[in-house]
Amino acid sequence: MAQFSAEKLNKVNEIIARYPAGKQKSALIPVLHLAQEEFGGWLSAETMDYVASLLKIEPIEVYEVATFYSMYNLKPVGKYVFEVCQTGPCMLNGSDDIIEYIKDKLGIKVGETTADGLFTLKTVECLGACGYAPMMQLGKHYREHLTKEKIDAIIEECERNAVTNN
Amino acid sequence: MSTIYIDNKQYEVKAGKNLLEACLGLGIDLPYFCWHPALGSVGACRQCAVKVFKDENDTHGRLVMSCMESIRDGLHLSVSDKTAKAFRSQVIEWLMTNHPHDCPVCDEGGSCHLQDMTVMTGHDYRRYHYKKRTYTNQYLGPFIHHEMNRCIQCYRCVRYYHEYAGGKDLNVFAAHNHVYFGRERDGILESPFSGNLVEVCPTGVFTDKTLREHYTRKWDLTTAPSVCNHCSVGCNTIAGERYGQLRCITNRYNSQVNGYFLCDRGRFGYEFVNSANRITQPLIRNRTVEAVDEAVLMDHLRALLTNHTLIGIGSPRASMESNIALMQLVGKENFYQGISDNAVFVEKRIVEVMQSGVIKTASLHDIQQSDAIVILGEDLWNTAPVMALAVRQGVMKTAAHQALQNRAIAEWHDAAVKELVQQEKGFLANCTVSSSPLDEISSSVMHKAPEDLARLGFAIAQRLNMVLPVVQLNDDMSTPAAVIAAALQKAKRPVIISGAGYYNEALIRAAFDIAAACKATAEEVHLAYVMPECNSMGLAMMQASGFENAVLRTSRVNNVTAIVLENDLYRNVPAQIADVFFNNCQHCIVLDSLHNATTQHADVLIPAASFAEADGTLVNYEGRAQRFYQVFVPANKNMQESWKWLMKMQPVQTGSAVERSYHPEEVLAMGEQLLPRLSGITAVAPPRNFRVNGQPLPRAPHRYSGRTAMLSNLTVSEPKPKQDYDSPFTFTMEGYSGMPPSPLIPFFWSPGWNSNQAVNKYQEEPGGSLKNEHAGKLLFEYKQDATPVYFKDIPEAFMVRHEKWLLLPQYEVFGSEELSAYSKGISELSPSPYAALSQLDADPLSLVNGSLITVKIFEQVYELPVRINAAIPKGVMLMPAGLAGMPVMAWNSWVQIISIRL
Ligand code: SF4
Ligand code: SF4
Ligand code: FES
Ligand code: FES
Repeated sequence: MAQFSAEKLNKVNEIIARYPAGKQKSALIPVLHLAQEEFGGWLSAETMDYVASLLKIEPIEVYEVATFYSMYNLKPVGKYVFEVCQTGPCMLNGSDDIIEYIKDKLGIKVGETTADGLFTLKTVECLGACGYAPMMQLGKHYREHLTKEKIDAIIEECERNAVTNN
Repeated sequence: MSTIYIDNKQYEVKAGKNLLEACLGLGIDLPYFCWHPALGSVGACRQCAVKVFKDENDTHGRLVMSCMESIRDGLHLSVSDKTAKAFRSQVIEWLMTNHPHDCPVCDEGGSCHLQDMTVMTGHDYRRYHYKKRTYTNQYLGPFIHHEMNRCIQCYRCVRYYHEYAGGKDLNVFAAHNHVYFGRERDGILESPFSGNLVEVCPTGVFTDKTLREHYTRKWDLTTAPSVCNHCSVGCNTIAGERYGQLRCITNRYNSQVNGYFLCDRGRFGYEFVNSANRITQPLIRNRTVEAVDEAVLMDHLRALLTNHTLIGIGSPRASMESNIALMQLVGKENFYQGISDNAVFVEKRIVEVMQSGVIKTASLHDIQQSDAIVILGEDLWNTAPVMALAVRQGVMKTAAHQALQNRAIAEWHDAAVKELVQQEKGFLANCTVSSSPLDEISSSVMHKAPEDLARLGFAIAQRLNMVLPVVQLNDDMSTPAAVIAAALQKAKRPVIISGAGYYNEALIRAAFDIAAACKATAEEVHLAYVMPECNSMGLAMMQASGFENAVLRTSRVNNVTAIVLENDLYRNVPAQIADVFFNNCQHCIVLDSLHNATTQHADVLIPAASFAEADGTLVNYEGRAQRFYQVFVPANKNMQESWKWLMKMQPVQTGSAVERSYHPEEVLAMGEQLLPRLSGITAVAPPRNFRVNGQPLPRAPHRYSGRTAMLSNLTVSEPKPKQDYDSPFTFTMEGYSGMPPSPLIPFFWSPGWNSNQAVNKYQEEPGGSLKNEHAGKLLFEYKQDATPVYFKDIPEAFMVRHEKWLLLPQYEVFGSEELSAYSKGISELSPSPYAALSQLDADPLSLVNGSLITVKIFEQVYELPVRINAAIPKGVMLMPAGLAGMPVMAWNSWVQIISIRL
């Protein structure tokens, strides 16, 4: 089973040390982020059990948290995850059309990944950027005022990056 | 008290409560989901909205959640306000968007809080026409059925299971409109309190799987108030029947005993009543079954009961009435307890201590209110489960009180309280032989042999009262002794708990000494001793000698007819001793409900009614006498209460012709005559001719259906209803339809409240005592001025012996109790036999978990798999007590390991 490198383990211990002794469970969310980053962009049951063992808590306590937040992926995802906001303000500004457009263009449904493993489409609730609606999150960045053209550009950009990065 | 105005009407209500509690307490209907009187408020479901106004001139008002708003003097609120009503009906409409509307096939239907609340809010038309989300359900073990689609996300289940009961394997997953309440994967729910989910969940997500096997709607059940048979706590239950079969057990609220909750042994152990192993027919040895009816039986008994010395063997699981009737029949000097002398010795001490009246007995309510609890040598979790649950509440509540000091936060504000408390706990010292789930909430944990625990107890007492003799302890015990003593010294309401589980009398004395020493500093001290069985205390109060004495008697007299009352002696004494007894007796009459090793020895075997077919009284660990009522008349008229059979034998024995029937209260009155110690026991419940407005009380609700058709396969005319001459109840729906007094509540129902939440209507205030509560009759009296006489003889410290182990019982919630073990689910969860040892003892022998060891106990040899438990003290071996197929062990004797297979 995959394990953190010594360097990442140090990082984990650093995170744990931020909280009072005996309250290491508080480190759960940042450690899960780290694990997701390290182990292929998603959290397998094995990864979650591993995190539980690091924090000396029951696996069920990790599942409870990991299933709650949409930031954690519980299934393998593509290299680029489109997290499109579908809450009221974004919806009024056309997020439904954006989602439909992405579905058509990539040939996948919400929650699915393209066959080439490049793209995953997710819908999420308000990301606090309603002023820039409709919007989505891509990796660590927000993409705002989305239009079909912008989506085309983003997809192209991703495909390009995928090639250059390989 | 505060004055508040609800819809412009003035009310006086208790300060400190929230508005929802106030409204419900006043009898005003207000819908709610996430609030529960035992769990407090979290304001999660938004169902309980009302409008609150600044003052009488404010016409606008604002919406608030009534469960989250404190009572303020002069507060104006409206329940009937248009906006509030519209809001409430919208909330339920949202909650129902994904609900499958499958009431006709849902086990909750007819006793469903969600149905009641939906009707109450007036939501009757579904406007949401999208797809409903669906879930995969889980296998949760033999007791609980899971149907997640019905969930309305109130979070009560996890709050109960996790926070209230301390279970770890049920949780909530995911978010938004797809939250999931369940385990991480299929599997048996680990908590022995899982059955309460059935009542805590307001919908049909968690339902009783045992009921499902013979399903009946609540309105079709014939129910009676009953008392749990499966340990000495005496939780109050409601037992329900249809078609002559016992179908389910639900909780019967009693503010002093079980409150809202039961354990799974109590809730699901009832199926022994329907067991194929029931004795259905009087049997006389060497006669054909068909040849024996009641007349033949009585005729046959004449020869056995006259010209013979009668020896009566009483029972810790039979009612007081049955034990008293037996004593009356055989004579006081010929009545023996059907338990070993060791047990009698310990239990006698317990009665003596309680009788002295120096310390108050601890009810479960007292335990929940306690601010420091010491458990000395009793494995509560397994011997008195709901008491362990009460201990947990005591610990949690104390932490909450401490955290809330000088803070303007109400106690019912559950989320805020939890936030403040974090991991803090009230003081609990769990000093037992082996590990227990209570350990993790204990401030002080000690695992020692019983003698050492007793020494620890005496040492604690000595630290509280310097006049007492000093006990020399090693460091590993003297520090905890000081810590525990210091905590007790600070406590206002300490509770000390011990029990008869390890057959160690020194523990009883030590627990008393601690309690007595606490009196100097505490406001109130309570003491509890757990007893082995449901009526052990009642039998012990009859102060007869133990079984070994009966064996001695039979060896001196040669014309003995023994009468064994509802007692499998092979569970209480080693087989050799029981064998001698049966050899010595010329005749043996056995009354019992199930076939067992003892009934095999009967010359005459008489079928006894189980609790569901009987009226009777049980005395719980506190000395609280409680009446249980017959639920139904079995079709088989041979199944009669043992006390009825025994009373019928009296004229046969004396040769008098007059035969008349007796009633439970008459038998109890006989008991008061025989044993002044029992005085007052007749006040246990209202007399049999008790009536309300001249009417008896119905066992069936007014919606009971099928009455004229139920037996139409046998006869077209509806048979005459069965009469009950022993209680104020009818077996039908006829009778007084209002609220009966508290010991006579056969079901909780109120107009608009079909679920068990109707209990609100029966209480003085939500979570408080029942209206005019009569919570049983306490037989021990607290004597304000009694001065404690301390016990001073302190046992020697436990000494490990070379290659020998002190054999002690390990009790199991599922498996150690005799009757419940005949229920399918309970036997499924009951462990197989094992021998548990300390790591320190296992290592030198290279034993690992599962290694087979052969031990010799008396002349018997047993091969058992090893379980290693680091908590067990060195030199002690534990074996499960009372498992089916496991003989009685010589507890407290020294055993040897004669061979090992690794
Ligand atoms: S399962 Fe029942 S108790 Fe739990 S959240 Fe759903 S409705 Fe509430
Ligand atoms: S604690 Fe005892 S009396 Fe209460 S339900 Fe469980 S077995 Fe029955
Ligand atoms: S609604 Fe989309 S960011 Fe707030
Ligand atoms: S009962 Fe008040 S919000 Fe749920």
